[in-house]
Amino acid sequence: MIARLRKTAGSFRRTAGGRARLTLCLALVAALVACTSYTEIPIETPIQPKLDVTPFQRIFIAGFIAGANEDVDANMETVRLLRSQLRNKGVMRVIDADTLPLLEVAKQGGETSTPPVPDQQAATPVADQDPAKPPVFNDEKDLEPYNHIFANVAYWKRIGEEFQQPLIVTGAVLFAPQQRSGFVQREQEVYDSFGRRQVVPVRTYMERKGFVLRPTFIFIDGRTGETLHSETFREEILYNANQQTPALSSYFELMDRLLPAFLNTLSAQKIKGTRTLLK
Amino acid sequence: MSVRSLVLALFVVVASAPLAWAGQRGQAKEQVEFGIQVAQRGLWKEAIYRWERATQLDPTYAAAFNNLAVAYEHEGQLAKAREAYAKALALEPNNSLVRQNYDLFKEINDRAAQKDGRQF
Repeated sequence: MIARLRKTAGSFRRTAGGRARLTLCLALVAALVACTSYTEIPIETPIQPKLDVTPFQRIFIAGFIAGANEDVDANMETVRLLRSQLRNKGVMRVIDADTLPLLEVAKQGGETSTPPVPDQQAATPVADQDPAKPPVFNDEKDLEPYNHIFANVAYWKRIGEEFQQPLIVTGAVLFAPQQRSGFVQREQEVYDSFGRRQVVPVRTYMERKGFVLRPTFIFIDGRTGETLHSETFREEILYNANQQTPALSSYFELMDRLLPAFLNTLSAQKIKGTRTLLK
Repeated sequence: MSVRSLVLALFVVVASAPLAWAGQRGQAKEQVEFGIQVAQRGLWKEAIYRWERATQLDPTYAAAFNNLAVAYEHEGQLAKAREAYAKALALEPNNSLVRQNYDLFKEINDRAAQKDGRQF
């Protein structure tokens, strides 16, 4: 290629007309570069927190209603992970206390005489279950009967009083295996008759399995027991059916994806990126 | 004033308009280039001043609006950034670099705007 360019330039230099043409070409290239000149620059975009946490000095990750995977205790792992992340961030003082037995509390009606129950349909399945057997959560509907615990203002107010009125974080974590099959587009290397490498998209039918993580984080005011904010995330990961990936590592991979969004609820975040400046 | 001199005056005005525009663009370009230099040194507020000046000098200069949008993004002024990107894209709808910046901005802006989660 270089030899060919040299040859071309050489042929241009031979004549006066060629020299003029070469100069014109170079001028055009220079003009084109000048017209489209740009600079890449790193930026950090600050995102304001979703929740005003200034009235709180302490935060209590109270525990989560969780289940659906026997290899991962989604409640304990989520509590540990969030507490350690919040300690590292230093947003508020993290209360290190035992998690609340939310499933039992939900079954008993929140330890109060009249726990608020959203609707009859939600309350019935809890009563129907065998109390000795831990409940199985395979999808969001399985969690619904327990959701009334989060609206139990009296219960959360009492918990708040016990822990000096912190911001309470609770909710539900669904971590379940999933299996899916279908056509997947992937890139494949191919070489043509001249030995040139090309990458082409190829659609192949694949059996895949993995996990879905669907946590709902509920932020409760420990002074009043009222829900301040709640948000639900959904992340999933799929592998080839023959790939053996431990459930726990998949759990952490999925949590890693949504942790910035969780932390952004409580503190300002800076999102790093690159942009193009134009001349 | 005779018709002839009126026509001559009109010709001078019409002929000098592109020159005046080119002059404005030249000044705006200087501001844009200086803005890039200071932004690269982390002086984003100064860069904003320069690029705002460039957009005032030449309101048809898409690059100035694009750079201004990037600077607003860096400063967390997302509403202003959106407005500046919109102007840059209106001026140069086929500019892929502006479009790319805007798409990246939208991702962040959507995340920031997602204030309310599902309530129980």
